[in-house]
Amino acid sequence: MNPAAGNPAPQRNSAAHLTRARLLSILAALAIALIVCAAAGAMFGSAHISLVRAFSDPASPDHAIFFGARLPRVLMGVIVGAMLAAVGTALQALVRNPLAEGGILGISGGGALGAILALVMSAKLGGGEAAVPLCAFGAALLSTVAVYRLALVDGQLEPFTLLLVGVIFNAFWGAAIMLVNSVVNFYYAHSILFWLMGSLEAPTYREAAIVAALGLAGFGVLLFRARDLNLLSLGDESAAELGVDVDRLRRTIFVSTSVMIGAAVSVSGIISFVGLIVPHTLRLVFGADHRLLLPASLIGGAGFMVAADLVARVAIAPAEIPVGAITALCGGPFFIYMLRREGRRPLSL
Amino acid sequence: MRPASRDTAAAMRASAIHAGYPGVPVLHGVAIEVAAGEMLAIVGPNGAGKSTLLKVLGGSMKPRAGSVELFGRPLASIDRRELARTVASVGQENAVAFRFTVLEIVLMGRAPHLGAFRFESPHDLEIASAALDRFDLLDLAARHVQELSGGERKRVFLARALAQEPKIALLDEPTAFLDLKHVADIFACFRELCTERGMAVVATLHDLNAAALYADRVLLLAGGGAVAYGTPAEVLTAENLRRVYETDVYVGRNPSTGALIILPAALPNARA
Repeated sequence: MNPAAGNPAPQRNSAAHLTRARLLSILAALAIALIVCAAAGAMFGSAHISLVRAFSDPASPDHAIFFGARLPRVLMGVIVGAMLAAVGTALQALVRNPLAEGGILGISGGGALGAILALVMSAKLGGGEAAVPLCAFGAALLSTVAVYRLALVDGQLEPFTLLLVGVIFNAFWGAAIMLVNSVVNFYYAHSILFWLMGSLEAPTYREAAIVAALGLAGFGVLLFRARDLNLLSLGDESAAELGVDVDRLRRTIFVSTSVMIGAAVSVSGIISFVGLIVPHTLRLVFGADHRLLLPASLIGGAGFMVAADLVARVAIAPAEIPVGAITALCGGPFFIYMLRREGRRPLSL
Repeated sequence: MRPASRDTAAAMRASAIHAGYPGVPVLHGVAIEVAAGEMLAIVGPNGAGKSTLLKVLGGSMKPRAGSVELFGRPLASIDRRELARTVASVGQENAVAFRFTVLEIVLMGRAPHLGAFRFESPHDLEIASAALDRFDLLDLAARHVQELSGGERKRVFLARALAQEPKIALLDEPTAFLDLKHVADIFACFRELCTERGMAVVATLHDLNAAALYADRVLLLAGGGAVAYGTPAEVLTAENLRRVYETDVYVGRNPSTGALIILPAALPNARA
């Protein structure tokens, strides 16, 4: 067989597999889209501000709104959206199911309960501010492992059992959160509702930096295993036969996604469906290779979240919709559409 | 040039394999030996333990007792990535989650040769293209696997195994659901690989005629034990097959080629 003469077809068709050039150009295009979204998010809002004055006059209200409210909020949107979408991609690869997502599987709910308990406890017992993200991480990890194990039927991951277990977990965590809500005093009631609905309200730069650091650490680990995530699409057994230590990979995904979800939930509450809509759309357009899909979801998720948050701020200004409500309003119908598609052609996206 | 007389260690040797699932013993005391360049067919009725044996040979199932050696080294002592460069398996089910293209699936066979995030080199692409070409898949390279027919998908997975550049290929029913032409092509291809690269091939087969025609050796399994092991003519006798399959079988020779042919011989209304 002479490769030089014999088979030019795959090389000619660059869409047939991922190349470095294709990866970089797609990521660059997505980054430009993100910059546009972020600029729009910083410029527009319930109040009209002058950018010139914001930058030239540090004493002006424009400056205070731009640097004190809009910029940290856009930054938080970027961080949280990026993490949720990347986590969605990784979880979908883990369970080989495009309908999996932190919110849908009840992992965010578990994280939120952990965060709320930490908040209530640390007020009573005293405890550092690290308690909230730590407990959120622990509870998210517990939920992830539990959901995964419960969805195993005879050692096989059942796609619909998985989703049903997620439904139950969500209901259960929701009830537990309401229980805590009715036991603790009124002071917490608002923050608890905030966690249930998901919002990017009033973050600080410090919070943003901590969450970003945790998120990047988790993401870096996932990215390093991107090729193994591809192999996982062939099934656990085939992946193992291609040299992947599947048990170790699974543990790595459990821990890194839980770190990311825990960090995201502890600042923004439960924001569902971002991890569903973004990876699905990107996969449809750019293909399934996780070496592209993971960083693309990171950037795409950031852009999507900033855009959703902009809508949340301006739609009924000066009042505000929780951004989690916006993503759920988009995500619900989207999920149904995907479920119907999947029903026709199981697990093929 | 039969490799049976080689003095080097067998490509794959398994002895006294006992294996099964919790509470369900499947194999008891099965042994095989395959030399480089040889094709071994494992035949037997449904539930005989063919697929289980293949899993044990590939290392995805640990035997309860017995040992598997690759080129004289215990299977259990070989690092999993090195194992993936030595042995390629193609199972019966070839489901793929997510819309990967045919070329992407075949390139996954290069994974044990590549680092974590490294992109496939032109060399890897050449190997993948050659594998696609062997299985008549070049025109489908950019298609999504989900759009293919069952037979096409099977060939994609065989091509992926080939891209692994293994020394041993373990194939579970490689020609099930394929049409005559592709069955012949696939066996011709693996025979070529046996001679060209000294690849050892172990395949489970329902098709006794294919086993007779293409395999160097045949293992006849029934109820988890070996009934006969040897050349096709030694193993695929009317008596052996009647005993194992519990039905009348005609074994003859193809008048034009002299090849062994096996036909069911039980008549639907002749119960005498």
